[in-house]
Amino acid sequence: MTTNWTIDAVREALAAKKISARELAREFYQRIAERNPELNAYLTLSEERAYAQAGRMDAIVVSGKPLPALAGVPIAIKDVISTRGVRTTCGSKILEKYVPPYDATAVERLEAAGAVILGKTNCDEFAMGSSNENSAYGPVRNPEAPDRVPGGSSGGSAAAVAAGLAVASLGTDTGGSIRQPGSFCGIPAMMGSYGRVSRYGLIAFASSLDRIGPFATNARDVASILQVIAGRDANDSTSTTAPVPDYRAAMEKPVKGLRIGIPKEYFGAGMDDGVRKKIEAGIEVLKKLGCELREIHMPHTDYAIAVYYIIATAEASSNLARYDGVRYGLHVEDDSLLAMYRKTRGAGFGAEVKRRIVLGTYVLSAGYYDAYYLKGQKVRALIAQDFRDAFSKVDVIVTPTSPVPAFKLGERTNDPLQMYLADIYTVTGSLAGVPGISVPCGKIDGKLPVGLQIFGPAFGEANVLRLAHAFEQAGGGAV
Amino acid sequence: MKISREDVERVAELAYLDLSEAELETYRAQIDEILEYIGKLNALDTANVQPMAQVLADDQTADATLREDVVVPCNVAAEILKQAPDPDPPYFRVPKVIER
Repeated sequence: MTTNWTIDAVREALAAKKISARELAREFYQRIAERNPELNAYLTLSEERAYAQAGRMDAIVVSGKPLPALAGVPIAIKDVISTRGVRTTCGSKILEKYVPPYDATAVERLEAAGAVILGKTNCDEFAMGSSNENSAYGPVRNPEAPDRVPGGSSGGSAAAVAAGLAVASLGTDTGGSIRQPGSFCGIPAMMGSYGRVSRYGLIAFASSLDRIGPFATNARDVASILQVIAGRDANDSTSTTAPVPDYRAAMEKPVKGLRIGIPKEYFGAGMDDGVRKKIEAGIEVLKKLGCELREIHMPHTDYAIAVYYIIATAEASSNLARYDGVRYGLHVEDDSLLAMYRKTRGAGFGAEVKRRIVLGTYVLSAGYYDAYYLKGQKVRALIAQDFRDAFSKVDVIVTPTSPVPAFKLGERTNDPLQMYLADIYTVTGSLAGVPGISVPCGKIDGKLPVGLQIFGPAFGEANVLRLAHAFEQAGGGAV
Repeated sequence: MKISREDVERVAELAYLDLSEAELETYRAQIDEILEYIGKLNALDTANVQPMAQVLADDQTADATLREDVVVPCNVAAEILKQAPDPDPPYFRVPKVIER
């Protein structure tokens, strides 16, 4: 039986000298050695870096100086986030041997706060996918149900935390890639507002949508990680200068009287009955907490997937132009430059990435730009307006995270559109730029986790965390 | 049919992406289905809607985000070249671009 560590428990144990940071790192590497061959959650381990950092934390304990916020906390990092000196593949063959020369700001901030980076987690190639089956390094298994997917694209980050192979992890969310795997694996998972966390060092998929955010085993730990990684970074001009509130303090406030909007459009056809029952039970918990529930309308919800797959693929086709076989990554020889580009990219990218590059290039191409890309941008504005209208009436919005629980490995791989539709409740918030969290909301037949999603207005993370925490404390995770 | 085989070939050429015969046909059919689905957007009248390229436009001014234009040391060339498949420091090498 292994201990279920939380961030607070790690700090307390270190301060009381019950365990050293090095011993704790060793414990986690043992767990990884036991479970990872089956789960495939980690792609690369960064032991040297982890033990060096743990040693620094142990020296602080010996010196008697105050411990930083995340002292000794073992953390996993999604493999689309750059780590200096530690291989970063993006789940792609094209970056199989790529070793970044710098750290992402989020990683740098975690380490500056004392966190121990255990390694890099598996994900869909370039974060494109909803099941982690698009990784060039094999799928990840869901620790809760090993015949099923962990969700995606941050499947490895979700599975690592759910299986106790890290206390927390970073993932990235472009259309649901943090919240949906959090939901499938039964752990809290959050994306802050667009601009809340610096994207510097996050290898780009769709720049107007990509966000870095935490997975943990409880809402307090999610807040502790977000606290550290949030805030202005001069290296990302889209990171906001808005001050970062004290999330841990704010989330302890009671939620009585909080106005919650329940959008009718998120409970339509295509929703699994088991999910519906759990979410309805979750909503009962919110009522008992004294929240004020209101039915609201978000009329453009049904258009979000169509908009998302225009905008995300268009941006991806542009961002992925950088893989040219010249500066880094795979290189397939040819005497001609253009043929070298074509062969390198044809050999290096997997099927989903190629499909999206083709679609994205098409919607941007002459003659189709107005019909697709411009139209998509306009409907994106309508979806963002839906959120603004809603937040003029309510404080937060509650929905299911996903219409379905974790599906079986291989079940949806041959039908891209069906796979895309699994993101139907998460892409809306991505397009609108608002913060969202998925919190555990029971398990179907005691087996398959369901996630309840909470959206807040832009930079309203404190209320989102406050409700997530209250829901968790009230037993929402076991409805 | 929304997208033809020739369209896919043209787009793959624009994106410098080698696709096999099998890939061309698979992607054509799949993208056709996706574009068919995307067509639902035409049900919305957006004549008077401003396109939205990114979400920060309302909240952030250039003053808040642009830094002073000052030179800072950046001695990373050697380390960056280490990642190149075919470097010739201080250059990246590429196949011949211009034929005589």
